[in-house]
Amino acid sequence: MSQDINDVIIIGSGPAGYTAAIYAARAQLKPIVFEGAVTAGGALMNTTEVENFPGFQDGIMGPALMENMRAQAVKFGANLITDDVTAANLTGDVKTVVDGEGREYKAHSVILATGSSYRELGIDNEKRLSGHGVSWCATCDGFFFRDQDIAVVGGGDSAVEEATFLTRFAKSVTMIHRRDELRASKIMAERAHNDPKISFAWNSEVTELQGDAKLSGVTIRDINTGETRQLSVTGLFVAIGHDPRSELLKGQVDLDPQGYVLTGAGTTATNLSGVFACGDLVDHTYRQAITAAGTGCSAALDAERFLANLHSK
Amino acid sequence: MLDPLATIGVIMGATAAVTDASFADDVLKSDKPVLVDFWAEWCGPCKMIGPILEEIAAAHGDKLTILKLNVDENPATAANYGVTSIPTMNVYQNGEIVKQIIGAKPKAALLSDLAEFI
Repeated sequence: MSQDINDVIIIGSGPAGYTAAIYAARAQLKPIVFEGAVTAGGALMNTTEVENFPGFQDGIMGPALMENMRAQAVKFGANLITDDVTAANLTGDVKTVVDGEGREYKAHSVILATGSSYRELGIDNEKRLSGHGVSWCATCDGFFFRDQDIAVVGGGDSAVEEATFLTRFAKSVTMIHRRDELRASKIMAERAHNDPKISFAWNSEVTELQGDAKLSGVTIRDINTGETRQLSVTGLFVAIGHDPRSELLKGQVDLDPQGYVLTGAGTTATNLSGVFACGDLVDHTYRQAITAAGTGCSAALDAERFLANLHSK
Repeated sequence: MLDPLATIGVIMGATAAVTDASFADDVLKSDKPVLVDFWAEWCGPCKMIGPILEEIAAAHGDKLTILKLNVDENPATAANYGVTSIPTMNVYQNGEIVKQIIGAKPKAALLSDLAEFI
């Protein structure tokens, strides 16, 4: 069965991957979707309330939104595989991908929707203290910092969302940000500014992490003056952005210097015939659930057109 | 008639729950190594790892016991062991932590982390 040549394989399962799956399944392309072994649903699985996805006027929890998209893809016959793709050969007419157990799958077309992974600070002790005070998931770990002083690094929407969520548990939340104002949307920024538990360390970056078994404090440096100071916190939540998950594609699919997949203007087509890309893997500008869903739709339609041409030859 | 073991498999799976109250007996005094999965309902990555641990328990339950500890309902044990991130999977042998795995991982990576016990 796995040796059959499928019409389309979709790699990834955020809003882009599931939307591509819904469209491809409705086009009766019987898509095979690699959801990821532990990342099914994508980045929204670690978020709380999504307030800006059109159609949900009262907001919807990120995991619920993804559960709905997944169910919708299943309803139309998408074949979801909860595993990672560990290797891919995308250059020929027949594309091959390999799952975590070493099984091979073949298809005439592939839609890449692997999204992005969180960026690390890149400083000493970060790995050692991960899970011991340093965290990338406020919804997972906020619970453990009840009545404690903690900090969030970053100033975008994700950072503000994490900070406001963490005030449910923490005694205080310091937002450490490299600029002198938040990059987050106005409504989110206002929420942070009005929250009595949130304070700000502007123009600042984290240079050191302290703690033996657990994080006990961080050193922050003022970017303008170079002055450093100590912040006594037991938790540090890192929300400084994401990098595209394109390692598998290197050497095959054209990437920009930051690792984002390059697509032509007005299309999701990559440099490889039959290979399409969508979502945060492509997008360093908008990076929203709705834009990812939008390009996921485009990728499925592009793949459908490609396959129609192929089968009519 | 239903196979009683199969029925248990459907209802409980190959893992069982452990609580603050039963931790000493079920984990610290166990003859076999025990993997304790610290998890909670509200933790997305914990839900991803759940089915993987069920599979590992089903395949290797003879050598390694796998128990799940809900940190919401059992905060004392989580606090005792300094758990500040979930999922955390601690392996206990003779009452001591001999291995700690933090964060969700694919099955193959977990199996290689647990190779010495299974």
